[in-house]
Amino acid sequence: MLAVRSLTKLFGSFAACNGIDLDIKSGEIHALLGENGAGKSTLVKMLFGVLAPTSGQILWKGESVRIPSPGAARRIGIGMVFQHFSLFEALTVAENIALSLSPGISLSKVAEEASRLSHLYGLPLDPNAHVADLSVGERQRIEIVRALLQNPELIILDEPTSVLTPQEADRLFETLAKLKAEGRSVLYISHRLEEVQRICDRATVLRHGKVTGACDPRKETPASLARMMVGSDVASVSAAGTNTKGDVLLEAKHLTVPSRTPFAVALKNVCLKVRSGEVLAIAGVAGNGQGELFDALSGEYPVADPAAVSIRGKAAGNLGITARRLMGAGFVPEERHGHAAVTTLPLSDNLVLARSQSDRKTFLAGGLLGIIRQAVVRIASTRISEAMDVRKSGENPAAGSLSGGNLQKYIVGRELDRQPAVLIVNQPTWGVDAGAASRIRQALVDLAKSGSAVLVISQDLDEIFEVATEIAVISEGRLSDAYPAHDLTREKIGLLMGGMYGKTEGEVAHAH
Amino acid sequence: MGIVEAILLTVITAATPLVLASIGELVTERAGVLNLGVEGMMVMGAAIAFAATQMTGSPYIGILAGIAGGGLFSLLFGFLTLTLVANQVATGLALTILGLGISGQIGEPYVGMSGTKLQPIVVPLLSDIPFLGPLLFKQDIIFYVSIALVIGVNWFLFKSRAGLKIRAIGDNHGSAHALGIHVIRTRYLAVMFGGACAGLAGAQLSLVYTPQWVENMSAGRGWIALALVVFASWRPWRVLAGGYLFGAVSISQLHAQAFGIGIPSQFLSALPYIATVVVLILISHNRRMTQINTPACLGKPFVPDR
Repeated sequence: MLAVRSLTKLFGSFAACNGIDLDIKSGEIHALLGENGAGKSTLVKMLFGVLAPTSGQILWKGESVRIPSPGAARRIGIGMVFQHFSLFEALTVAENIALSLSPGISLSKVAEEASRLSHLYGLPLDPNAHVADLSVGERQRIEIVRALLQNPELIILDEPTSVLTPQEADRLFETLAKLKAEGRSVLYISHRLEEVQRICDRATVLRHGKVTGACDPRKETPASLARMMVGSDVASVSAAGTNTKGDVLLEAKHLTVPSRTPFAVALKNVCLKVRSGEVLAIAGVAGNGQGELFDALSGEYPVADPAAVSIRGKAAGNLGITARRLMGAGFVPEERHGHAAVTTLPLSDNLVLARSQSDRKTFLAGGLLGIIRQAVVRIASTRISEAMDVRKSGENPAAGSLSGGNLQKYIVGRELDRQPAVLIVNQPTWGVDAGAASRIRQALVDLAKSGSAVLVISQDLDEIFEVATEIAVISEGRLSDAYPAHDLTREKIGLLMGGMYGKTEGEVAHAH
Repeated sequence: MGIVEAILLTVITAATPLVLASIGELVTERAGVLNLGVEGMMVMGAAIAFAATQMTGSPYIGILAGIAGGGLFSLLFGFLTLTLVANQVATGLALTILGLGISGQIGEPYVGMSGTKLQPIVVPLLSDIPFLGPLLFKQDIIFYVSIALVIGVNWFLFKSRAGLKIRAIGDNHGSAHALGIHVIRTRYLAVMFGGACAGLAGAQLSLVYTPQWVENMSAGRGWIALALVVFASWRPWRVLAGGYLFGAVSISQLHAQAFGIGIPSQFLSALPYIATVVVLILISHNRRMTQINTPACLGKPFVPDR
C-alpha cells in the first residue's frame, strides 16, 4: 500500500533519516521500532506531510506522491495519531474533531458522528466535554476517533501506549485488531518490544536514521530485537540487594495540597515512608499528581503544615528547596530543559546554580560576596561527567547542546555527586536512550545500596520493576499503600492505577 | 432632552472607541498575537480620518481612510512579528511610539482647524421610542457598527468554522499547523482586523468625540482597550460591558468634579480605572473559565519546522 524508497531528511548536516526503505502492505500492523532519536518520528512526519523530505520517494499504491501538507496526506487516505497530542485544550471534543474535517459539516453533525464512531470502536467519548478536563487516555481516544473520521486506509500511531494503563492499552489493541480486520493498515511506532511482538505482523527497525533490520517480530526474541535497536547488548540493571531496612529518612504524613491551577491535581492525604537502603517507586499514569507530589516533597511549593514532610526525622513541610537540600536531600525534576538545567548556560554554571548553598564552602569564595571558584567548579563538573559517562562536545559546553540522555545523566550525576541521604527523582529516564537509561537506573540502585533513601516517580513500569524495592501507585492525587516490589505484577499495578477508570470500564462492558 | 439623557449620550460617545479598539484586539489576541500597538494604530486612524475628511469634505471617506490607515499600519506589525518573528511586546511598543510620531506629522497642517462632525443617522420609528429612541437610534454610523461588531465577533468566534480556527491557533499553534491550518496567514488577517478596528476607533475620536485634530488625541485609550481585553477574559460581551462601564464612570466623575463634590479630583480621575478593574475581576472570578478563555499561545512566536 505504502512504500518508501531511500527517503532522507537532513537538518543542517545531521541526517535524521538516511536512505530509509519501508514497505507496508494492506491489512497489516507494521511496527516501526527504534530508540529515541533513531529517526522514527522524523520518518512519520514526512509520511504525514509535516516535514518535507530532503530526497527520496514516497509511493502510495504504486504511484510516486508528494505530500506537502497534513491535509494532502489525509486526502490520499493517511491518518495520524501523534505522540504529543495535537489537541486544543481550551476547545471541546467536538470542536477538536471538527477542525480536522472538511469544511461544510456543521458542528452538531460532527458531534453525532464522533459519538457514533467512538462507540463502534469501543472508545466512548462525550463530544461536549472540554479537552482540558479529560484524562490522557480519553485524549488519545479523541485523536484516534479524529483520525478514523477521515476514513483512512493507513493509520500511523506514534508511541500510543506510553501514556496508557495496561488495561487501556489492551482496549487500544482490540481497536487496532478491528481496523486490521477491515483491511486498513496500521503503522505502529514503539520502543516497547513485548507490545510489538504481541500485535504486529512485521517490523522495521531504525537506528541512527538508518534501517537496521526488517523482520517478523513474533519470530524474534526481545533480546534480538533490542540488539537491532541499540546495536549492542544493553547492560541489565542489577537490583538493589539490601534487605536490612534502616531508619526512615523521608516521610510524608497526611500530605494534602489543593490544586494550584484548574488543570492541576490536588494531593489527597498522601502518606509514604522511605527508609535507608530502599528505592520506593511511585507508578501512575501521567497527570495523576506526580508533578504536584514532587513539588511538595522537594519544597518547590512548600506546604503549610511543617509535619507533612520530614527529611531525616526533621519537619520540613514549610521549608523551601534550598533548606531541604541543606538537610541532605537531592532533587531531580522531570523537565530537563529549563527546569533542571538552564540550557543556554554551561554545565559548570548549572552545577553552581543547583549546589551554591549546599556546597557553599567549596564552590564560593569571599564570604558574603560569594565569588564563584571557577576552577573548583570545573573540576567537580568533570568528575560528574566522568562518573556518569556524559558524552559532550568540548570541556564545558552549554547544557542545551547535550543530547537528552547525556544531559539527564549529568543532572542525576550532579545530585549523586553529593551522596545525598535522600534523593527524589521524577521521571529519571523519560525520553532517554536505553544505554543512558540503564546507566542512570544503576546509579539510583547503587545510591540506595550505599544507605540512602531513594524515591523514584515514573510512568515506565519496566523501569519501576528494575529499580524498586517498594512500589506504590498514584491515582487522582491519592497514593496507594506501598507493596514490596516482588509481590506485585503488572496487572495488579494496572488495577491500582485504574482506580479512576472504573466508570469507563463499566461503560465499555455495557457497549459490548 | 433631560440631563440624564444628555449624560447617557456622552457615555455612549466615550465608550464607543474603547469597545471598537478592544473588540479588534480581542480577535488579534484570540489568534495568539499580542499587539501592544493599539494606541499607535488608534491615533493613526484619528489623524488619517481627520485629514481625509478635510481633503474630501466627506466624513464617510474619512472613516474609510481611518480604517484603512489602521489596518495598513498593523500590517507593519504583522510583517515584523509574523514574517520576521520579532518580539511582539517590543514591536507593539515601537508601533505605538511610531504611530504617535507619524500621526503628529500627518495632522500638523490641521492643528486648530474645526472639523466636520459626523451626523447621526436617525432610524425611523425606533427613534420615536421614548427615552431609549434618541439614545440608541439617533446615533452616528460608528456607534451602530461598534454594536454590530460585538455581536458579529461573538458569533464568528464561537459559531463559525473560521472563528474556531482562530481560537485553535491561539490555543496551540503547533497543533493547528500540524492540522494544516495556515497559522501565519490567519494571524495576519487577525492582526489587520485589530488594526482596522483601532483605526475606526481613532476615526470616532476625530470625527465624533471631539471633531478636530489634537496631537496625541487618543490620550491612552489604546492602553485602556488592551486592559479591557484581558480583564474581559477575551469574551466579546464582557468587552462591551467593560467599555461602557469605563465610559460611564469617567463621564460621571467629570460631572462630580463640576458639581464640586468634596472628594480630591485625583481620586475621581482614578475612579474609572478602579471601578472597571474591580468589576471585571469580580465577574472573572471563575478561574477555570478564565483559563479556558485565555489564548495559551498569546505572544509566543511561531516558526513552522519545515
